Amino acid sequence: MTDTQTMNTETYEAVIGLEVHTHLLTRSKIFCGCSTKFGAGPNENVCPICMGMPGVLPVLNRRVVELAIRTGLAAHCTIAPYSIFDRKSYFYPDLPKGYQISQYETPVCKGGYIDLPPTENGEPRRVRLTRIHIEEDAGKNIHHENASLVDFNRSGVPLIEIVSEPDLRSAEDAGAYLRQLRAILRYVDASDGKMEEGSFRCDCNVSVRKRGAKEYGVRTEIKNLNSFRFVEDAIEYEVGRQIAIVESGGKVAQETHLWDPVRKETRPMRSKEYANDYRYFPEPDLPPLVVPAEMVERVRASMPELPADRKARYMREGLTEYEAGVLIADRDVADYFEATLPGLKNRKSAANWVMTEVLRVARDSDKPFTEAVPPATEVGALLRMVEALEISLNAAKTAFAAMVKSNKGAEATIAELGLAQVSDESAIAAACDKVIAAEPEKVAEYRAGRDKLFGFFVGAVMKAMGGKANPKVINEILRTKLAL
Amino acid sequence: MASGLNNLTIAEASAKLRAREITATNLTRDCLDRIAAAEPKLHAFITVCEKEALDQARAADTRLAAGNAPALCGIPLGIKDIYATKGVRTTCASRILENFVPPFDATVIERLRAEGAVFVGKTNLDEFAMGSSTENSAFGPTLNPHDTERVSGGSSGGSAAAVAAHECLGSLGTDTGGSIREPASFCGVVGIKPTYSRVSRYGVIAYASSLDQVGPFTKSVRDAAILLQTLAGKDVCDSTCSARPVPDYELALTGDVKGLRIGVPREFFVEGMQPEVEQSVRSALKNYESLGASTVEISLPHTGYAIAAYYLVATAEASANLARYDGIRYGLRANAEDNIALYETTRAQGFGAEVKRRIMLGTFALSAGYYDAYYLKGQKVRTLIRNDFERAFEKCDLIVTPVAPATAFKIGEKMNDPLTMYLSDIFTISVNLAGLPGMAMPCGHDSNNLPIGMQLIAPPFAEETILRAGDAFERTGAFKSRSPVV
Repeated sequence: MTDTQTMNTETYEAVIGLEVHTHLLTRSKIFCGCSTKFGAGPNENVCPICMGMPGVLPVLNRRVVELAIRTGLAAHCTIAPYSIFDRKSYFYPDLPKGYQISQYETPVCKGGYIDLPPTENGEPRRVRLTRIHIEEDAGKNIHHENASLVDFNRSGVPLIEIVSEPDLRSAEDAGAYLRQLRAILRYVDASDGKMEEGSFRCDCNVSVRKRGAKEYGVRTEIKNLNSFRFVEDAIEYEVGRQIAIVESGGKVAQETHLWDPVRKETRPMRSKEYANDYRYFPEPDLPPLVVPAEMVERVRASMPELPADRKARYMREGLTEYEAGVLIADRDVADYFEATLPGLKNRKSAANWVMTEVLRVARDSDKPFTEAVPPATEVGALLRMVEALEISLNAAKTAFAAMVKSNKGAEATIAELGLAQVSDESAIAAACDKVIAAEPEKVAEYRAGRDKLFGFFVGAVMKAMGGKANPKVINEILRTKLAL
Repeated sequence: MASGLNNLTIAEASAKLRAREITATNLTRDCLDRIAAAEPKLHAFITVCEKEALDQARAADTRLAAGNAPALCGIPLGIKDIYATKGVRTTCASRILENFVPPFDATVIERLRAEGAVFVGKTNLDEFAMGSSTENSAFGPTLNPHDTERVSGGSSGGSAAAVAAHECLGSLGTDTGGSIREPASFCGVVGIKPTYSRVSRYGVIAYASSLDQVGPFTKSVRDAAILLQTLAGKDVCDSTCSARPVPDYELALTGDVKGLRIGVPREFFVEGMQPEVEQSVRSALKNYESLGASTVEISLPHTGYAIAAYYLVATAEASANLARYDGIRYGLRANAEDNIALYETTRAQGFGAEVKRRIMLGTFALSAGYYDAYYLKGQKVRTLIRNDFERAFEKCDLIVTPVAPATAFKIGEKMNDPLTMYLSDIFTISVNLAGLPGMAMPCGHDSNNLPIGMQLIAPPFAEETILRAGDAFERTGAFKSRSPVV
């Protein structure tokens, strides 16, 4: 960022609202029985319904409603007892019916909020939600040199759109919000949050205004950003662009922009590309969506512990806010951490282990977290051995590295690599005797009061034992022998 | 017409088939022979399925020989070309679907197939069911079997004419604003539009989803009861379809209408209607009185707004329903440079004038800034019309009216005047707007020997009342349908 820009962001503030589209984790599509599985061959997961053949009718997938409600409850929304579906009309080759079934005036979830981790200054950050509604996804156009093809596998995959109020003030805010939102979606099993498979997409509404101003500036919409990084970069760019326009006395045009991740800039779409009159009207093929209070309560009863609650619990159980925050950020990581705990006395050492060793392996792998790292139960076994002084911490690290590659269990790995600590007192005593015999001068110094030399003797014994001796036993024996 | 089995009613043929007095194959052959003879003059069918029909008939004979075959086993039917039929071209009388072969069956087709019914062919209609004369078919009109200079009515004109001309024993139509009842009336057959949601719409090509309903054409009220029995009932593929149990409709045909209160709405006997139509309906009402029913004048004050409301709601829904015909996945595709040109050219070439007119009307009615004034207002009028009927049914059990203000008009007479054409449905449209069941049945002839139809309307799901009253009228023998001239 240049100096002028830095100065300008002190004078101006950005006002940002996000619209996030995420696929819901259902086995079948929203209005037909086709599979939602990603990665099938083109047009393999299709039927007359999701191809929009003449005469077909939609039947709503119950699980879609449950997942939308779960998300709504996790974000403190009001669940609408009665909502309807609408048709949103526009022509595009990937839209088989010429309209998308969505919810317009009556979303299934209203209001609500998501709390972000506090800012560096410790200020709480709450982002209010406008709504969450249910809709169907379209297919996918694939452009070749001379032809465009359409794959309808994605057509009819269920989506929810989560619309925030313009409560975000920076690209960092937006990133924090997206991460928190994704964590919630994963906690409630609503979404896998996989951006690379197009299952999580974001549109940003961005405007700028002088700090302290009450009125909003003219906003632009940046469409279809499919990674957190792009969202942050695009907002950063767009805020700078708008400030420059306002600073030079110009007016920001109300436009829709596309982010070009290669050139790292936004460019306006032609008005023809987005200026649709969607001609919404109630979908006559679907009855109103009635959500009885009992259903909401049933879903509420089945809700898992949410990230904020889990974080609070970890802190009550002795972890620092930082540790708790890192662990709960991803539900898989938090679950992993908890699965290492049975039989362990010290949960802090487990937390450290997961945060350092395990997360490092996960980061270096292309695989999803659960596939990249050894089973949590095996890491738990490793940590229990450290606690029982059966192995040293270093031995545990060596074993862990081997387990990542071999997929073998903790005990087998320890045995195979001969990493078990020697606690056999006679062997250790023999090693101590040798060291004492070899270092008469140091022994004399120690006995004369140079306590610091004790560490030297421990190290020497450990070295003689090939690093596998139980340090506690070395300590005890050495103390006895040196005291003579 | 050697043996003339095609002249039987469904009830008669079903009894003979099950008694093994006749075979489904012979019955089907007679229908196909009749089709071959009559089609050059009528054009009731877009596609005749001779081979498939004979295969189905043979299969039905095997089933009949085994005993315990269902009522419709071996019965030759005509299917409006708006129903998706697996493996059989389904055009909706449109160039845009001229070569479309669906990979699936409509739910009602599936049900009829399961009963062993025989499908002799796909019948003609106004393109996408938009019209009142079948003149809007891209493949030419269906002519009236009673006078081939006149229209068969529409949009289900082919289905009505085919039954009237004994090309099949019964047929399926759809009714959005009168598309079963008006052609039934013009052709002198029975046609019932059940309560909205009584019959599944899955696989029925949509015109106006909140108004479209499936129903049969038959030669008698009893036959209508038999067909409706198979058509009606819950369908997991149509979430607007009612789960309400289906009564035994034939049991309702007791012949007894003593104490039945018949409402006669004053708004349905209007200035300018053909006097013979009013006379025939009034004479039928006298018949009911002689059977022990009573008549009472009622009022449906919002009737005058029905056509306007209909043309907002129906066209709005149609504009979205027909958006899928874009040349991308199936049907006609024009050559074009880019997406927009592809849509424009495909739809310009594929749709006829009336379809384009309604798509434009509907698109306008839903446009930003017009929604409240048009679509929403139309829906509000619909509620008023429904309330009118609710109030009326506090005073009566059944409403009887003419089906149309006049008998079948001449080919071409109204083609250049869409508004006059729209008025053909003036007595039928409010029944769709209110979602009620309504039946058309013959009750007389005019001086040109053209059939006159009366309409029986009942509260939601009271199809039994309609069928009982219609059957009772038939039993009096007060009126006998004349044979068609073709």
